[in-house]
Amino acid sequence: MTKPILEMKQITKSFGSLIANDQVDLTVQPGEIHGLLGENGAGKTTLMNILYGLYRQEAGEIYIDGNPVQICSPKEAISLGIGMVHQHFMLVHNLTVTENVILGQAKKGQLFINRQEAAAQIKAKAEEYGVELDPWAKIEDLTVGLRQRVEIFKALFRGARLLILDEPTAVLTPPEVEQLFQLLTNFVRQGNSVICITHKLHEIKTICDKVTILRGGRLVGTYVTNEVDADELAVLMVGEKAVTPVKSRKSGNNKVFLKVENLTTELDEGDSPLNQLSLEVYEGEILGVAGVDGNGQTNLAHCLAGLKQPKDGKMWWAGKEMNGLSAKVLAEQGLAYIPADRHGTATAMGMSLAENLICRRFSLAPFSCKGFLSPKAIEHYVQAKIKDFEIKTPSPLVRLAALSGGNQQKVVLAREIDGEPRLIIAHQPTRGLDIGSTNYVHRVLMEAAQKGASIILLSTELEELFAICDRIAVLYRGQVMGILPAQETYLREVGLMMAGRVEPKGVDDHHH
Amino acid sequence: MSLLQIFDLSWVAATIRLATPIALAAQGETLSERAGVLNIGLEGVMLNSAFAGVVGAYYSGSPWVGLLLGMLVGALTALILAVASITFRANQIVIGAAINILAMGITGVLFRAIFGLEQQVTVMSFKPYPIPVLSQIPVLGPVLFQQNVLVYLGYVLVPLLTIVLFRTHWGLAIRAVGDEPQAVDTAGISVIKIRYLAVLIGGALGGLGGVSLSLGQLNLFAEGMISGRGFMALAAVIFGRWHPVGGVLAALFFGGADALQLRMQVLGWQVPYEFMLMLPYVLTLLTLAVFAGRASQPKALGENYAREVR
Ligand SMILES: Nc1ncnc2c1ncn2[C@@H]1O[C@H](COP(=O)(O)OP(=O)(O)OP(=O)(O)O)[C@@H](O)[C@H]1O
Ligand SMILES: [Mg+2]
Repeated sequence: MTKPILEMKQITKSFGSLIANDQVDLTVQPGEIHGLLGENGAGKTTLMNILYGLYRQEAGEIYIDGNPVQICSPKEAISLGIGMVHQHFMLVHNLTVTENVILGQAKKGQLFINRQEAAAQIKAKAEEYGVELDPWAKIEDLTVGLRQRVEIFKALFRGARLLILDEPTAVLTPPEVEQLFQLLTNFVRQGNSVICITHKLHEIKTICDKVTILRGGRLVGTYVTNEVDADELAVLMVGEKAVTPVKSRKSGNNKVFLKVENLTTELDEGDSPLNQLSLEVYEGEILGVAGVDGNGQTNLAHCLAGLKQPKDGKMWWAGKEMNGLSAKVLAEQGLAYIPADRHGTATAMGMSLAENLICRRFSLAPFSCKGFLSPKAIEHYVQAKIKDFEIKTPSPLVRLAALSGGNQQKVVLAREIDGEPRLIIAHQPTRGLDIGSTNYVHRVLMEAAQKGASIILLSTELEELFAICDRIAVLYRGQVMGILPAQETYLREVGLMMAGRVEPKGVDDHHH
Repeated sequence: MSLLQIFDLSWVAATIRLATPIALAAQGETLSERAGVLNIGLEGVMLNSAFAGVVGAYYSGSPWVGLLLGMLVGALTALILAVASITFRANQIVIGAAINILAMGITGVLFRAIFGLEQQVTVMSFKPYPIPVLSQIPVLGPVLFQQNVLVYLGYVLVPLLTIVLFRTHWGLAIRAVGDEPQAVDTAGISVIKIRYLAVLIGGALGGLGGVSLSLGQLNLFAEGMISGRGFMALAAVIFGRWHPVGGVLAALFFGGADALQLRMQVLGWQVPYEFMLMLPYVLTLLTLAVFAGRASQPKALGENYAREVR
C-alpha cells in the first residue's frame, strides 16, 4: 500500500473559549480528491489554515509522505508541496497575473524580475492544463473565475502536490465549475491530491473519491463517496437535527408593487451597465433574477436600493416614484437590501454583532433616547434576534469578523427582514452557506413574501431560483432577455437566455 | 521689478538646494509607505539625524562621519516605529506622533548637555562641489552640478529606488505587502521581514534628509530646526502618488516656494515677512487638500498585520 500524502492526527485548535477543531483526523492518499464537508463554523477552514501554516495547532501531528513535519508558516507548507486557494482570494489586485504568480518566487541571487520569461512559463503551464490565462492581465480586470484560476496556477507554480481549495465553486458559473473539475481531474491523474471544501453535496458526489465530515469542530468520519448518498451525507453533517425541507407557498396576488421602466446606467467597471431594463414585481411575489455574474445584477440592486442613480429610466413602488430617494429614505419606507458583498457593503466586520444588528435603526427609539444609546433596549433586542435567527456566537459583543460566514449572513438577514419590509432585494443571499443555513434563508424569504413583501432574488444558482421563486427574469448584458415561470420545464430556456440566446417563443409572465 | 528678476537661475539653484532635504526624506517615506507603514514620525527622524550629523561632524571634524551617524540614528528612530507597530501592532499614527515629540525632547536635552548654552553650533559641513565637466554645461551646469554631495546623492537615489521598486523581486514584494499583506504571507514571504527592512531603510533615508539640512544647508544645529520639512515630505509622498519621481517633483514644488519667499524677502516686498514664511506651508496644505484622494494609496497603508486575527 502506498503511503498517504497527508495524515493529520488529533488536531486541536481553539480561539479563546471556542474549540474550532477538536482532535480531528484527516488522511489523504495520492491521486485522490478528498471532500471536506461540514456546516458553517464546523472548523473546515481552520483545519486547512493549520495545514497551510497560517494557524498553529495546540495539539496533534501532521505527516507528509509518512514523515512528521512542523508547519509554522506558509513558506514551509509551500516547500512541502502544499498549495492553498483561500475562500477569499489572496491576490494583489493592481498587479498583473505574472507578478502575482512570481511573488516570492525569486531564485537564490536573482535580483531583477524577468517578466517575459515568467509570462512565457505561465502560458506554457496553462496550455499544459488546457486552459486560457492571460499573463499580462491585471487581477482587478479579471472575472472571479479567472482570479481563481490565477490562484490555482500560483499554487501549481510553487510545485504543489496537494492542493487545498476552500469553497472553490461558490463563486463560479456552471461552465466555470466544469472547467475547474476538468483541471482538478488532470491534476490528480499525475499522482497529486486535492482537498476540496464545499457545501454542495452533488459536487462531492461528482468529483470526490472520499469525503471527511466535520461537525461542531469534531470529526464525524471519513466515507467513500460511492458508498453514501447525498441524503445520508446531509444527515451526517447536521446531526440529529432534521434538514428542514423548503415549504411550498401560494404565490403572490395580481397587484403590481414594483415597476421598473427602461432603467439605464452609466458605464462602470466590474459590472455590465443596465440597458433599458424593464420589469414588474407583484405583491407577495418572489421574482428571481438569473444570469451569469457581472451581467448587471449589482447595478440593478444598487439602483433599487438607492445606492446608485440611474442615467435614465424610472422606478415606482406602490405607484410612487422611487427615483432620487436616498438609501436612507428607502430603508425607512420599507426597503430591505441584502447585498452580495457581505464584507464591504453589508456589514462592518470590525464592529460587534450587536452594533451590526442595530445599525439601521440605532438613532430611533427604543435604541436611542435623547441622543444617547440605551444599552438595555439594545441588549434586549439583540438577544431576541440571536435566539430567533439561531445565530451561533459566544456573545453579542464579539467582532462580527469572528463569526463564521453563515452566521454573519444571518446577522444581515436579521437586521434587514426586521419590521415587515415591503420590498426585499436579496443578492446572492446564500453564497457560501451550508444546507441548513441556505434552507433557513429561503424560509425567511418565503415567509416575508407570504406576509405580502415583494422580493427580488438575484442569484447565479438556478437550483435556488427554481426552488423558491414564482417567476424568473434572465439578465444578460444589462437587459432582461425574458421572464419565465419558475417551473423545471423552462430550465433549458433559462440556460439559453443566460448565454444571450433568446428563445423565439418567449413565454411571458401570464400565469397569474 | 520683473518676473525674470525673481525666477532666474539662482532661484532654480536655490530651489534644488532647498528641496533636497524634503526630497530625500520623501524617498525614504515612499519606501516605507509602499510597504504599508506610515511614518508620521518622519519629522522626528529628520530632527534626530540632523542632530546626530552635527555631533558626528563636531567630534570627528568630518561631515562624512556625521552623515553616517545621522543615517544610523535615522534608522534607529524608525526602529521604534517598526518594533511598536510591526511586532506589537500598536497604532502607527500614535507611535509616529510620539516619535516627533520624543525627538524634540531628546535633541533639546542632549544639545544642551553636549554644547552647553550656545544657541547654535557650527561645524564642518558639505561644501558645494562642482562636478568637473558637467558643471561647465551652459545654463544647466552651474544650476544642477555646483551643489553639494548630498544633492548628488539624491540624483542617484531616485532612479535607484525606482528600479528597486518596479524591477526587482524585493520591490515587488514591498508593493504587494503595502496592498495585500495577507496575500504576501500566503505566498510564502515574511511580511514582518519586508516591513522591517522597508521601515529601517526608509528611516535611514529620512536621516539622510535631516543631515542634508544640518550639514548641507544650514551648517548648524538649532532646536526644532526641521520646522515642518518632515511633514512636507509626507505631503510630497502623497502629492507624488507614492512614486519616487513624483516625490521629487513634489519636493521641488515645495522647495521652489521656499526659494521664492526668500527671494521676495531679499527683494524687499512690502509684505510682512511672516506671510512669506507661510507660503510653503500654505502650499503644502492646499496640495494635500486637493490631491490627498485615496485612490492610489497603498491599500493596507497604516494597517498592521497579524495572521490569526480576522
Ligand atoms: N481567527 C479567528 N478568531 C476567532 N475565531 C475564529 C477565528 N477563525 C475561526 N474562528 C471560529 O472558529 C470556528 C470555525 O471557523 P471556520 O472558519 O473554520 O469554519 P468553516 O467550517 O470554514 O465555516 P464556513 O463554512 O462558514 O466557512 C467558527 O466558530 C469561527 O467563528
Ligand atoms: Mg470556511
